[in-house]
Amino acid sequence: MALETTTIQEKLTSKFGDKVLNFHMSRDIFSFEATPDAIHEVIRTLKVEEDLNFHFLTDLCGVHYPENEVSHQFAVVYHMHNWVENVRLRITTYLSGENPEVNTITDLFLTANWMERETFDFYGINFIGHPQLKRILNMPEMVSHPMRKEFPMEDGGRTDKDDRFFGRTANNG
Amino acid sequence: MSDSKINMVAPPEGVTGEGFFATKLNDVVGLARANSLWPLPFATSCCGIEFMATMASHYDLARFGMERVSFSPRQADMLLVMGTISKKMAPILRQVYEQMSEPRWVIAVGACATSGGVFDTYSVLQGIDKVIPVDVYVPGCPPRPEQIVDGVMQLQELVKNESVRRRNSPEYKELLASYNL
Repeated sequence: MALETTTIQEKLTSKFGDKVLNFHMSRDIFSFEATPDAIHEVIRTLKVEEDLNFHFLTDLCGVHYPENEVSHQFAVVYHMHNWVENVRLRITTYLSGENPEVNTITDLFLTANWMERETFDFYGINFIGHPQLKRILNMPEMVSHPMRKEFPMEDGGRTDKDDRFFGRTANNG
Repeated sequence: MSDSKINMVAPPEGVTGEGFFATKLNDVVGLARANSLWPLPFATSCCGIEFMATMASHYDLARFGMERVSFSPRQADMLLVMGTISKKMAPILRQVYEQMSEPRWVIAVGACATSGGVFDTYSVLQGIDKVIPVDVYVPGCPPRPEQIVDGVMQLQELVKNESVRRRNSPEYKELLASYNL
């Protein structure tokens, strides 16, 4: 029998109560939020419970929402996949803008190691318990986290680029 | 050998007489260097594909004395940088350049190597001339093999007319010093 989204929702709500919220369908993927203190346990449950069986972590990434209230300025999004039933899940957890940190899930999925390093590299989100949280794509000397919205996209040392040709003037004038 | 189609490079200017030919050392060295440049391809993206076409039989860069593409910087004269160089890659490019022995020349092939191209962003080096001196820039995104061949021929002109003493000159040392090399 196919795994129904209502079943997933019931199982999670009965175990985690109000720490999992805002269940909805978004672009054909069943999505919900989990609070940062519960996210590790939520993902562990989804993985080990036999009738849930989300044994594959498709993606893990960060988002920056500078306009949200301080407690919701960063998000970490997890995509999980149950290959047997072919059901996908999207789980978001919102983190504080001042001190974004969340527990690592490298103990559940080894693949999360590099994904969390990438998220740390680009957003400066601290994954507590990660075995080797250092930059992965950018140069190690870099001090900023370039995917944060306040970070300027352009290279400071550029000399021959005209903003007009990159769509970066007020009215492209 | 009467039906041979081998093209010979014209001799440099000089004085010819019965059994002798006199010319300048500069010209002879320049001629030899220009017609046996060993290229080191540093290909990171699509311009590298164009270079492969340039090396292949249709365009045949070997016509210019470049049969042997050197993959060791220690045995190469001409560094061809083809493609986007990210800032993380810049120290590696610099190291490759440092490992080349004098005389050495650099061609920046394509928009990215020349100026960063469309990648006006924090992670991309805005032209390799920010880290190493460049002799010839080939425009294009990517340039056609004809353009790469033209760039190489431009470089050959430079090499032919370069003084053998140039690499010892204070101007050249100053140039290297400006790059902290």
